[in-house]
Amino acid sequence: MSTTLSRGEFDNPLLREYFLDQAFDEMFAADGSIRPHYAALLKVLSTLPREELQRRKQSADVSFLMQGITFTVYGREEGTERIFPYDLIPRLVTGEEWDVIERGLTQRITALNFFLHDVYHEGKILAQGVIPREIVYSCQHFRRQMRGLQVPRNVYVAVAGTDLLRLKSGEYVVLEDNLRVPSGVSYMLTNRRIMKRSLPHLFHNYGVRPIEHYTQALLSTLRSIAPEGRSEPSIVLLTPGVYNSAYFEHTYLARQMGVELVEGRDLVIHDNVVYMRTTGGLKRVDVIYRRVDDDFIDPLAFRSDSILGAAGLFNAYRAGNVTLANAFGTGVADDKALYAYVPAIIRYYLGEEPIINNVETYLMTDKSQRQHTLQNLDKLVVKAVGESGGYGMLIGPHSSAEDREEFRRRIEVNPRNYIAQPTLDFSRSPCLLEDGSIEPRHVDLRPYILFGDKVTIVPGGLTRVALRKGSLVVNSSQGGGSKDTWVLG
Amino acid sequence: MLSRVADSLYWTSRYLERAEHTVRLVDINLGLMLDKSQVSAERRWQRVLAALGHPRDIEWNDDVYALIYTLCFDTTHPASVTACVIAARENARQIREAISTEQWQRLNQLYHHISRLRPSSPSEAPLLEFLPTLIDGVHLFQGVTDTTLSHGEGWQFLQVGRFLERATATTKLLDVYQRDIFANLDDTVDAYEYLEWIGLLRTCTAFEAYCKVYTADLTYERILGFLLLDPEFPHSIRYSVDRLHQSLDCIQRESRGPQAAELMRVSGKLQASLGYGQISEILAQDPARYLRRILEQCRHIHDLVYEVYIQYSVQTALAM
Repeated sequence: MSTTLSRGEFDNPLLREYFLDQAFDEMFAADGSIRPHYAALLKVLSTLPREELQRRKQSADVSFLMQGITFTVYGREEGTERIFPYDLIPRLVTGEEWDVIERGLTQRITALNFFLHDVYHEGKILAQGVIPREIVYSCQHFRRQMRGLQVPRNVYVAVAGTDLLRLKSGEYVVLEDNLRVPSGVSYMLTNRRIMKRSLPHLFHNYGVRPIEHYTQALLSTLRSIAPEGRSEPSIVLLTPGVYNSAYFEHTYLARQMGVELVEGRDLVIHDNVVYMRTTGGLKRVDVIYRRVDDDFIDPLAFRSDSILGAAGLFNAYRAGNVTLANAFGTGVADDKALYAYVPAIIRYYLGEEPIINNVETYLMTDKSQRQHTLQNLDKLVVKAVGESGGYGMLIGPHSSAEDREEFRRRIEVNPRNYIAQPTLDFSRSPCLLEDGSIEPRHVDLRPYILFGDKVTIVPGGLTRVALRKGSLVVNSSQGGGSKDTWVLG
Repeated sequence: MLSRVADSLYWTSRYLERAEHTVRLVDINLGLMLDKSQVSAERRWQRVLAALGHPRDIEWNDDVYALIYTLCFDTTHPASVTACVIAARENARQIREAISTEQWQRLNQLYHHISRLRPSSPSEAPLLEFLPTLIDGVHLFQGVTDTTLSHGEGWQFLQVGRFLERATATTKLLDVYQRDIFANLDDTVDAYEYLEWIGLLRTCTAFEAYCKVYTADLTYERILGFLLLDPEFPHSIRYSVDRLHQSLDCIQRESRGPQAAELMRVSGKLQASLGYGQISEILAQDPARYLRRILEQCRHIHDLVYEVYIQYSVQTALAM
């Protein structure tokens, strides 16, 4: 069911293999005409010689490698370092589209922070039956240790990275809220730097909104949630260490913010105060931007076999002597089963209709929804509620009969652990292929949201691309890449 | 500066200095073996092993090339050159935000280059390429370190590692020569012995520098005096200790917090003993004992650096 492009574009040799079908195409309207904001981009791409485009792509790749923006491929003796695949064609978002996204995400993060405060205090939303108690209390990321604990400014989620998709109609929807330790923002920032170098004139002519102030905004967000009475708070970034796949991002953000990058073994907790070991003695720490999961952060409070955290950190946090961003236990709000209730959460706390909708979601704990899912496993996507990164997933249309049997069994054994969603034909964006031609590939969008004394969302985000033809998986661990996102006007 | 970062900086440069020293020792002795010599292969390589402080599990097995392979390429031995470079890179990798991009790239390049040279068997070892590649790589790293990294606390910790390792290695080397050659000296020195003495000087890259001061007239007293007490030659023990003390002093002033008095006393005492020492006096007493004292003091300085800056106990730190 593919449409050809309108005559003028059809002759463009770059687009010989370009195709359109039901999925929303970012560059072309359904009738094959080009969307106005993409016209200037396509014109420049068509006038540049192919070799020139490829040369710029190569120099961008070299730049990534030299800066050490690489990830390690495990399994070999010494580990091979590779760069993240990167696409040279930017994804364009109009100013009007962005303003809706910004309002929608602000509404959502505000409501979710209200929700987390409520769940760990009075639990009104549960008492009034808006959300079933079982959903919250059976969540593996619910932390009973957080009950009754006062966090500065009631900020639970200070940093979020919400994944958006674009449906056939062109409407943006939320696929998931990443409220624990979302990563990828360093790619957003380095993509932009490399893009400016690769297509400087085009970038200038488009009048793209800047994103470079992200690290400053992050720093002031962290500063705004410091414990009371610490007017010049000392801020650190806590990393699991060099073997973590996001280690580059941790060093990048620490350098850009000018804060110390610490590991668990650098921290000492004494009398419920957190210190770091420096050559000048112990130095007090006030705010920890932690990139270590709840489970691993304090062997005394959580997993006792963890060597990544610092013993006693949770008690120092309880005592109010240190702030952690994000707080413990935020994972209860990005559980994939709870996700189905986010629209209700927005209505409950804000009295507003959600500005950005959810993807339709079937709960396996509900008998009729479960039956519907089990009958349609070949059409749906099934996800484990606590997983991220594209793991623990069944994509119905691309699955084998054995896979479906396996998931049927798992759902029946533990229905709380799974949800199902329709297989989405989400939007495609033009991408530059190895041979220099342009073809559409599926993309999502992850804007980064900062929530402190105010909400800051830098205009843009990380557009992730499923680089393999026909693939719907954008995760970097599974053959995905990324591209720069330009918010216009 | 975080203690962990200081620790990694210290070991990065210590391992590189060690790799360079090992390579030069192997290179010079490999060259000396080509000449007709009164020194048996066994005695020569036993001496090399002793100068390296008898690395664990590395023994003389009557096979020069097997030994050289082990010393240069065998990563199962932590004392091997390749293992030292890997250890230096691993240390640097964990403090990427604390060193300059240029430093990281040089070290990375050195690592990739010597990894490619690793042979499958001892007989195929590409020594002609390996030995100079390593020395050049370490020199390049030191060059970019000096020109791209601020000469603050971090840079000073790199100097501490480098010069403490150098002082230790040179002292061990002199100690071995002292026992093996100089202690049994006849009145007349023949051509064979000259060759060995030149070898000692060249192991410390000191031959040309020595000649500039004393001409090619080699005497036991002058060689020992030069390598021990010369104030200007970068591989002499005195020079290394001067630089070590200077760096420790800068660190003490910059970090301000902890009590480094004992550390400064020990390193200052060593510096003074070398600075005011006279070779005739040292020879008149017991030179072997003098060298062993230096080694002990170097070890003590290492322990104190750890105690003051890196592995101090929380109780003492809180009491301050």
